Amino acid sequence: MNRFNYLRPGNLDEAVHALAADPAARVIAGGTNLIDLMKYNVERPQSLVDVTRIAGLSTIEETDGGGLRIGALVPNTGVAYDPRIEERYPLLSSAILAGATPQLRNAASTGGNLNQRTRCYYFYDAGTPCNKREPGTGCPAIDGVNRIHAILGQSEHCIATHPSDMCVALAALEAVVHVTGPGGARTIPMAEYHRLPGDRPEIDTTLAQGEIVTGVELPADAKGFATNYTYLKLRDRLSYAFALVSVAAALDIDGGTVRRARIVLGGVAHKPWRRPDAENLLAGKPAGSDTFAAAANLLLEGAKGYEHNAFKIELARKAIVRALAQAAASTPQSQVDKRIR
Amino acid sequence: MNESPMTASSDALDVTVVLNGETRQLKVQPWTTVLDLLRLDLGLTGTKKGCDHGQCGACTVLIDGQRVNSCLQLAVMQDGREITTIEGLARDGQLHAMQQSFVEHDAFQCGYCTPGQIMSAIALIQEGRARTRDEIREYMSGNICRCGAYPNIVDAIEDVLAQSGANQREAAE
Repeated sequence: MNRFNYLRPGNLDEAVHALAADPAARVIAGGTNLIDLMKYNVERPQSLVDVTRIAGLSTIEETDGGGLRIGALVPNTGVAYDPRIEERYPLLSSAILAGATPQLRNAASTGGNLNQRTRCYYFYDAGTPCNKREPGTGCPAIDGVNRIHAILGQSEHCIATHPSDMCVALAALEAVVHVTGPGGARTIPMAEYHRLPGDRPEIDTTLAQGEIVTGVELPADAKGFATNYTYLKLRDRLSYAFALVSVAAALDIDGGTVRRARIVLGGVAHKPWRRPDAENLLAGKPAGSDTFAAAANLLLEGAKGYEHNAFKIELARKAIVRALAQAAASTPQSQVDKRIR
Repeated sequence: MNESPMTASSDALDVTVVLNGETRQLKVQPWTTVLDLLRLDLGLTGTKKGCDHGQCGACTVLIDGQRVNSCLQLAVMQDGREITTIEGLARDGQLHAMQQSFVEHDAFQCGYCTPGQIMSAIALIQEGRARTRDEIREYMSGNICRCGAYPNIVDAIEDVLAQSGANQREAAE
């Protein structure tokens, strides 16, 4: 790990000031991704800004609009087991518990989960070229070992995937990210928080220089998905592995007819992958496998595989249909008993 | 120097922690992990360094009662926190029930992952979410055993879980 200057601001203004003053500074909270990247010399920050002592970011509060606002410092465990989240947004609890390990979930923060790097094994290996780590050096994954890589939204510069499970659920629930920066506070919809690589693969999010995530808001109308939902995660081993493909599926069903649908894929792109037009295909129709397959086809339109990951396209197609069936039947995937029913 | 009143340093900083029940005032470099603090600075080598990347769980300790990978925690961020390591479990020469159960069930071969397994298992019992063997396995997924002692590890934890369940039932009666 490189030597760095350690800053411990006592409030948000000090933290924003410290970050805005130094582009080579990084925010640290749980540290589970950042410290790991520093040990591999992938991240070499001049300063670490420890935000964990800032008051007011560690609770989950009711919002005036009937939703919940999760403070950026609430650990993943604290979100997953909060009784209000379990009751109103069980998709989020399920997705969090599908990821990482109890030790990592205890340490990892909500803000940190959003800001973990979109990555792949070449990004982690400082001995290889990587456009995300060192812009302009090339992407060895495209012609290399690319089993875990993207099938959607990739560019000729980067085919890495965002590994978060939590963010896939947040995208499905249309959560809103609250940030504060030198220009004041603003909100960013989840759909716009992470970005596709394009020709700037080194940038993962739309967070501006000096901005800090303060919380994530779950809207009241996403409570309509508390009955018919699932988080289905397919991976190379049953626990503690990134998704090859994951599906957050949520249906708002009235008398067998789908009113609203949300389908978001994880493990397939540089960001959680969502297409509202695929969801709209389900609206007003009976919850059945024909429409599920049509939605899957639209969601995967333009998918492109590489030598080792082309299987993910068909895997995703089947996973989407299975997840929608699980959601329709109100039999969400268990994150303990991994058998897929 | 930084003009802000906030803490700012690249030098060793004062950190006070309660380590295994004892208040310790320490000076730590900002880039020292809790794991390296324990092993290199304090000579508490019970906590093991396996992967040093949060993947194997050998370095698991409790911080404010929560199990975490000490290799991914900076010591400088622990000011005011309570840290429990494998050395802090035995009381008056008596092993903790989980340590005793690991011995009785032969829940290890080489033993390198064992301190992390035991710390993680103690947290698992306190969290109170595991009831079945499947659940024990899932909630122990952050601890890898390269010798493959998993069946006996699950036996050892299941035994303590049954005892703690019995104790709770007694207390309720």
